[in-house]
Amino acid sequence: MAHPPASGPQMLTANCLKQGDVVYWKKGGWVLEFAEGEVFANPADANAALAAAEKFVTGNRVVAPYLFEVRVENGKVRPVKEREIIRGAGPSVRTDTGKQADHV
Amino acid sequence: MPLITGDAFTADAFTAVADDAALPESGGAIVTLARFQKDRDMLLSRNTPLGVQLKANENPELLGADLHRLSVVALEFPKFRDGRAFSWARMLRTRLGFTGQIRAVGDFLYDQIAYQHRVGFDAWVVPEGFTIDEFHRALSEMTNVYQPSADGKKTIRELRSRR
Amino acid sequence: MYRYDEFDAQFVAERVEQFRGQVARRLSGELNEDQFKPLRLMNGLYLQLHAYMLRIAIPYGTLSSKQMRMLAHIARKYDKGFGHFTTRTNMQFHWIRLVDVPDVLADLASVEMHCIQTSGNCVRNVTADQFAGATPEEIEDPRPLAEIIRQWSSLHPEFVFLARKFKIAVGATPHDRAALQWHDMAVEIVRNGHGQVGYKVIAGGGMGRTPYIAHVMSEFVEREDILAYLEAVLRVYNMDSRRDNIHKQRIKILINSIGPEEMRRRVAREFDEIKQTGTLQLPPEELARIAAYFAPPSFEKLPDVMPTGDADFENWKKASIHAHRAPGYAIATISLKAVGETPGDISADQMDVIADMMDAFSVGEIRVTHEQNLVLPHVRQRDLPQIHARLKAIGLATPNAGLITDIICCPGLDYCDLANARSIPIAQKIARRFADLRRQHDIGELKIKISGCINACGHHHAGHIGILGVDKKGVEFYQLQLGGSGAEDASIGDIMGPGFGEHEIADAVERVVNHYLKVRRDGERFLDTYRRLGMEPFKNVAYQEQLNAAYNG
Repeated sequence: MAHPPASGPQMLTANCLKQGDVVYWKKGGWVLEFAEGEVFANPADANAALAAAEKFVTGNRVVAPYLFEVRVENGKVRPVKEREIIRGAGPSVRTDTGKQADHV
Repeated sequence: MPLITGDAFTADAFTAVADDAALPESGGAIVTLARFQKDRDMLLSRNTPLGVQLKANENPELLGADLHRLSVVALEFPKFRDGRAFSWARMLRTRLGFTGQIRAVGDFLYDQIAYQHRVGFDAWVVPEGFTIDEFHRALSEMTNVYQPSADGKKTIRELRSRR
Repeated sequence: MYRYDEFDAQFVAERVEQFRGQVARRLSGELNEDQFKPLRLMNGLYLQLHAYMLRIAIPYGTLSSKQMRMLAHIARKYDKGFGHFTTRTNMQFHWIRLVDVPDVLADLASVEMHCIQTSGNCVRNVTADQFAGATPEEIEDPRPLAEIIRQWSSLHPEFVFLARKFKIAVGATPHDRAALQWHDMAVEIVRNGHGQVGYKVIAGGGMGRTPYIAHVMSEFVEREDILAYLEAVLRVYNMDSRRDNIHKQRIKILINSIGPEEMRRRVAREFDEIKQTGTLQLPPEELARIAAYFAPPSFEKLPDVMPTGDADFENWKKASIHAHRAPGYAIATISLKAVGETPGDISADQMDVIADMMDAFSVGEIRVTHEQNLVLPHVRQRDLPQIHARLKAIGLATPNAGLITDIICCPGLDYCDLANARSIPIAQKIARRFADLRRQHDIGELKIKISGCINACGHHHAGHIGILGVDKKGVEFYQLQLGGSGAEDASIGDIMGPGFGEHEIADAVERVVNHYLKVRRDGERFLDTYRRLGMEPFKNVAYQEQLNAAYNG
């Protein structure tokens, strides 16, 4: 997935190969929760993480890692795009499914 | 790269020759269609076996009557997703009655070998490390077929009517 | 319905083992994702936003009660207790794990089901009229031919790496309930001037970025020649389609670029050759053998008396019942469009009750429609009150089949990796807006179809009102199209203009509908009024709010 170079903060995400779960990069590994994922303040850090994620691809752990933009609102980190909000929470029309349901 | 013909690894009697390279002194040569069209008379006058490699967008009918003077037609898979060569192979066997070697070259998957076999390929240029067991396994994953193809294999409908 | 013999069963079982091997090779890294993707797609497995999605084939939309129960079991065991019926009459599960898929496929195989070729660049599920075998309108049941096409196209060695997907439908009635003209290729069973039954073949229809209506390839193909003809079309497509631009690789692009006449000429050449070899001739005995599987049940001799009941029952009957060929019988549509729910979704519990109802009331059989509803094809009229009551108890008695709130809707951005905008909340919003039943009947036939992206899985090009979700600078916007049709009067919807925001779209649709109500003539459906008046008046009212705001500053 091609993205234009971002200037704002970013995060790194992928899908787990075996389970399909959405995962987020955190310090050399992956976590299931968006809120626990690492935020990159600058493109250099973001791209370094993307490059480091490649070994999880060749290692057949994750599929298609990519960077996405986030913003900080009232001290909370939120994705910029609706798609990433939904990926992080679950379907907006079935709040009893997806990661959002695990938070209940 | 290793060559499978029929159902075994064999030494390749042909060299694939780049457009600007010299032809081998002895042994068979496989040239591109472009080169064949350019140097046709010279190539056909050689005493050694000749083959032509077709790109995915090159219809075998472009070879015309010369097809039957070729020992090999190599059909390229530029990317395994490009399935035109399946139709070219079938055409070579059925419409054009080609009885020489049809070899699969380029980017194709283990999982395509059974389909290639059905449409008329009988030789495969495979990656280093590919084993003959894998080849046999590829051909044995699906015992029966629903539709006729160039291989003449009996279809499930025919098997049903023989019951 | 068709029943597997030992050959079919072995075929599916071997396919499952083959996929098991492919999954193992993926997990070990022997296959990378790029190599694995076409293989998993040809077994119906997508990687979506939240998880893997598995698309299960429901050939020509026909399911047995045993199969319905297995779908419920899979929903419970491997998914989150529900499934989704698609616009190609398949079932999708949104929450599957890759490692579970071989077991899911094995479970499916045990009830004669599979996921073969439900995605990928190959021939997809063959669809047909949901009233097949039950409607008095048909020349004959289209499903035997659909089954023959299914078998012929399964792992066809020449056509599993086509330039793009290839969708086939079969019809046999003047009323087209299967959207034939929107398919890559379709067969209409027809009678020629001599009263002989044969096949009209059309090709080159398609949705997506560039919608097209199909062209006639042959007005009449003899019965024995049909597979040879279909193969000829596919062969020309495989050889001659572009491979350089993924957006220009459907057969609709090929036919429209070389022209239908040239396409027919190329097809005729291949067809003549295939016919000469004789290898693909369809003998009458084979057609009869397959047709025997679809022989109608023996209908009781019953009086043609439609039961009456309370207002709820009468409303449900009004929308859901269609005439059956046998006196005393009816065709009953089950709407999966409860107002405010996800269109086309069904829970495992509902599936189990439906399976029992299929056994009790409809000779163990049900159909899935391309409008994401279900149909009990052979019910006794006298059982209708019981059927309604049992549907009501499980929340599936919404009396809106064929009405404005019977909306077709893709999963959209809530589920789908390809989507640009959410579609389901828009369907829910619009359905709630028009929930009043009297108003719905006043409006009459008005098909709203919603897609969350240009891939058009919601068939928005064929909507009387079509809605396309787009991403405009990160915000979800919704474009309106008017005047599309998926029936025998097929047409492509006209794009109205700039999109509407999430909070405006229901208002815009309502203004369009209200205008129709205001200017319609007797007997005109929305589609008819639109075709009479054109876009202008509807566009004016739709953008009324924007105009008011601009005018008033």
